[in-house]
Amino acid sequence: MDQLLDQFFNLEIMAAAWPTILRGLGMTLLLCLLVIPLGVIGGLAAALTSLSPRRWVRWPAIALVDLFRAIPPLVLLIFVYAGLPFAGIRMSPFVAVAIAFMLNNSAYYGEVLRAGILSVPRGQAEAARSTGMTHAQTMRAVVLPQGVRNVLPDLISNTVEVVKLTSLASVVSLGEMLHAANLARSVTYNASPITMAALVYLILLWPAVRLVSRWQRRIAV
Amino acid sequence: MAPITTLAQPSAIPTLEVRRLHKSYGALEVLHGIDLAVATREMVFVLGRSGSGKSTMLRCCNRLEEPSSGDIFLEGQPITGKRVDLDGLRRRIGMVFQSFNLYPHLDTRRNVTLALRMVLKLGRDEADARAMAALERVGLAGKAASHPTELSGGQQQRVAIARAIAMEPAVMLFDEPTSALDPELVGDVLGVMRELKADGMTMLVVSHEMGFAREAADRIVFMADGRIVEEGPPEQLFTAARHEATRTFLSRHTRQ
Repeated sequence: MDQLLDQFFNLEIMAAAWPTILRGLGMTLLLCLLVIPLGVIGGLAAALTSLSPRRWVRWPAIALVDLFRAIPPLVLLIFVYAGLPFAGIRMSPFVAVAIAFMLNNSAYYGEVLRAGILSVPRGQAEAARSTGMTHAQTMRAVVLPQGVRNVLPDLISNTVEVVKLTSLASVVSLGEMLHAANLARSVTYNASPITMAALVYLILLWPAVRLVSRWQRRIAV
Repeated sequence: MAPITTLAQPSAIPTLEVRRLHKSYGALEVLHGIDLAVATREMVFVLGRSGSGKSTMLRCCNRLEEPSSGDIFLEGQPITGKRVDLDGLRRRIGMVFQSFNLYPHLDTRRNVTLALRMVLKLGRDEADARAMAALERVGLAGKAASHPTELSGGQQQRVAIARAIAMEPAVMLFDEPTSALDPELVGDVLGVMRELKADGMTMLVVSHEMGFAREAADRIVFMADGRIVEEGPPEQLFTAARHEATRTFLSRHTRQ
């Protein structure tokens, strides 16, 4: 028992690793601040184009969304970071992570937003268009506000996934929280820094997870 | 000699005119060449069984349904064809739907002001004033701050009418405006339509309200199987319809 506590909950080591993990947390949050808005914007573009009445807009959009949903994000990240240099395209780990995650996130946010748009009854858009509002005005002022509200739990769920996904950036040595914790583990020969990182993720994401569960229960009633 | 002066009158151009309108869904043709004109300040009722094509015809008039062929004119201006400014024309064609289609995320006032602000580009104060005037006309100025979900069906439909008339359209299309209402709420909506007519609004109405059609319409058009079977003043149709189909339909629907 003592050995277990010593290996996973060693307060001394945790205290020593805290500044490193804190710096990693900073990088994780910075990544989220970049990757979530990019993903939502990309997802909106994906949703709107994949619902376009024009076939030559819709089909490529659907193909791209399918592609980036089917490729594992880790494969995509390593391809962008370690594969593209063979084509002479080199970038920093940060840029590689941002690009790979944006492609992956856009596909997922796109599917959620598409479902949201489709959940709004057709009569809503017809009413708006009948008053002379353009397609874009109708989307912005009538369809999207309702559609987003309808899929808000899914948007938050997806965002939780995105935050967790940022830990993949550790494989390209971007100093986010998991990378920092793992570094501390290898220096101290102790798993407590990893426990600590897990706890920080938990504190960060548990409220969102709880909120979504409560919402979904309320909607189910 | 007299016809020349008749032609010179502005009322000679119908507010809304439909010519040789055809509509197909794939291989199935549901409108087989509709010709219909609605004169300024006229209230025309379209009657017919469900599936006769009357709602499709109405929805072609602002191109919520795209006509397969034929022409539609608003005050002599074509609204069909690729080059027309459809959004510009639609703001002059008000529409009221069977299911109201109020925006549930906006309160009553903003339901009415949305197009005033975004389409007519009115300032906030002017849009608000116009919305309140429109809500006043339908007797719901007191509900400006309510949300659609807090209103009865009849009230919702009257707000939908206010949303359309606030744009000051040249013509109003009504697509079964009372079909989704509880019987005791129908009267309020018909009352508002009666007042619109008294104020000189041009209206094309698809409805099953036979009593109201007989009392309020200037002209009734009877449709069956995607065609106009016959048309005329209400009394003529109700008492001396020429076609068997019209007589059968009217007797079935007016039996007490």
